[in-house]
Amino acid sequence: MSVLIIAEHDNKSLKPATLNTVAAASQIDADVHVLVVGFECQTVVEQAAQVAGVNKVLVADNVVYEHQLAENVSKLIVEIAGGYGHILAPATTTGKNTMPRVAALLDVAQLSDVIKVEAPDTFVRPIYAGNAIATVKTTDKVKILTVRATGFDPVAATGGNAEREVLSQVIENKGSRFVKEQLAESDRPELTAASVIVSGGRGMGNGDNFKLLEGVADKLGAAIGASRAAVDAGFVPNDLQVGQTGKTVAPDLYIAVGISGAIQHLAGMKDSKVIVAINKDEEAPIFQVADYGLVADLFDAVPELEKSL
Amino acid sequence: MKILVSVKRVIDYNVKVRVKADNTAVDLTNVKMSMNPFCEIAVEEAVRLKEKGVASEVVVVSVGSKSCQETLRTALALGADRAIQVETEDGLDSLSVAKLLAKVAKEEAADLVIMGKQAIDSDNNQTGQMVAALLDYPQATFASEVVIENGEAQVTREVDGGLQTLAITLPAVVTTDLRLNEPRFASLPNIMKAKKKPLDVKTPADLGVEVGSNVSLVSVTPPPQRAGGIKVGSVAELVDKLKNEAKVVS
Ligand SMILES: Cc1cc2nc3c(=O)[nH]c(=O)nc-3n(C[C@H](O)[C@H](O)[C@H](O)COP(=O)(O)OP(=O)(O)OC[C@H]3O[C@@H](n4cnc5c(N)ncnc54)[C@H](O)[C@@H]3O)c2cc1C
Ligand SMILES: Nc1ncnc2c1ncn2[C@@H]1O[C@H](COP(=O)(O)O)[C@@H](O)[C@H]1O
Repeated sequence: MSVLIIAEHDNKSLKPATLNTVAAASQIDADVHVLVVGFECQTVVEQAAQVAGVNKVLVADNVVYEHQLAENVSKLIVEIAGGYGHILAPATTTGKNTMPRVAALLDVAQLSDVIKVEAPDTFVRPIYAGNAIATVKTTDKVKILTVRATGFDPVAATGGNAEREVLSQVIENKGSRFVKEQLAESDRPELTAASVIVSGGRGMGNGDNFKLLEGVADKLGAAIGASRAAVDAGFVPNDLQVGQTGKTVAPDLYIAVGISGAIQHLAGMKDSKVIVAINKDEEAPIFQVADYGLVADLFDAVPELEKSL
Repeated sequence: MKILVSVKRVIDYNVKVRVKADNTAVDLTNVKMSMNPFCEIAVEEAVRLKEKGVASEVVVVSVGSKSCQETLRTALALGADRAIQVETEDGLDSLSVAKLLAKVAKEEAADLVIMGKQAIDSDNNQTGQMVAALLDYPQATFASEVVIENGEAQVTREVDGGLQTLAITLPAVVTTDLRLNEPRFASLPNIMKAKKKPLDVKTPADLGVEVGSNVSLVSVTPPPQRAGGIKVGSVAELVDKLKNEAKVVS
């Protein structure tokens, strides 16, 4: 049976996590459809139609879907769920918000943060902050999954030529209203899609000192990340948090600066290809996962690193 | 206004779990258990709303075996008024838990249900959204600020791109993120007082809910271990390794 994917987008562009999700879907069945729900989101539809391996793009373009609120988007998905054996969304805050409602309305389970497809009914997902890996099998008639992007290499963004279908259902939202948003503006690559990440922790001391990391990040074309402690202390905004309850990342290079390496932080970054840790405490647990550890005061090491890159 | 808070008993967040040698589950024997940190934040938020005079009663509910009564007592010591244990085996699937919680929310006529965004054992991040769907209530997940006004909750949410504010009409479900508040510690007198607060026990049958799941656990294995790395002596050596050995910097 066909697989339906809920596209991750902001009405302007298709987000890279969708490409990883298509990769997961392709391992389940060759007939992959993508649903774009939004408002004035035609460019997203164009992009989705070009994604390699996508056969059909369904689009629900209406002002009621502008902010992709879970209450009505979940109902829309349920209305079209009949033709599908699996419904997948990236495990982003949008996917996590909507998909459990879809599952509950269909009276089936949701498998969260899938990192591997063993078989069309058997999936692998981390539990306990990644300290255990569960393999689960489901006989639900429709299988609802959120997909952790770092588990799957993205498919090509171009090369496909999917057919399009317009959905006419307009489902109003009664109980929920968008008020405002404060989205972080940055010229840097998106954290979850970056190939290099420089992250700072409580050891940075204050928000101003994150400028030191920006110097290194500029040279490496890197994204900036942070530990929970750095976010809680107000050094940087919440969208930079890496970890069990923040973002999961797996770049080619992850540089952890002034981060101790609590299990909750490691949960979000330990699948990075190469890990560098800079910490003045040689006992810090981060050194147990670091390929290259430098025991040093970050205020000496980071400026020197910037100069030598 | 009545608030229902759900709390889950989980492995303490400081404990590093081990997988059983037969790869059937994680080993929870003699492991310290605590209230799920996100549920502590949920209890704290409800108690603060009561202290501000916004809420009149805070009811806490937990689904699980008798041992979760300990977690409920903790919530009572933190300021909840009354507790309900829904007696089941531990480790029930989220949809069953959500059906039980939805039923309790309905019976209690709760105006607001506050739950954690995620249990740190299963890492599911779904039960709150499921409760909301089953009741056809609006939801605001991953909350970092909640303001109740005119029968509405204005909730600031931590989303991937930054922050989003929604207004949801009550009754509704809110799930908590880490920065919503800093939970208090229970004082000794309050721990003593909590022992006398009412704690009801109900069964799924009392609530008219059938529990069960089509998902079965095939195995639980330890994660792949990273090969140990090396310590470098200087920034120069680090840069050399990144360029010439790992080849991740050009
Ligand atoms: C439910 C729950 C969920 C959580 N989720 C997350 C999550 O998603 N992500 C996350 O990161 N955390 C999470 N945490 C928090 C986690 O447990 C740790 O508290 C947090 O990761 C610590 O951040 P840190 O390493 O920056 O701070 P600390 O542990 O305080 O470490 C600071 C480090 O900086 C070093 N340092 C200080 N000064 C210098 C200097 N001048 N030069 C070099 N090194 C220096 C110190 O040696 C120390 O190792 C969670 C916790 C809970 C309870
Ligand atoms: N057995 C349970 N008893 C009470 N509340 C629960 C239970 N399981 C999950 N919850 C609630 O649902 C939230 C999210 O859990 P989960 O969806 O499992 O990650 C938790 O923080 C609790 O508030």
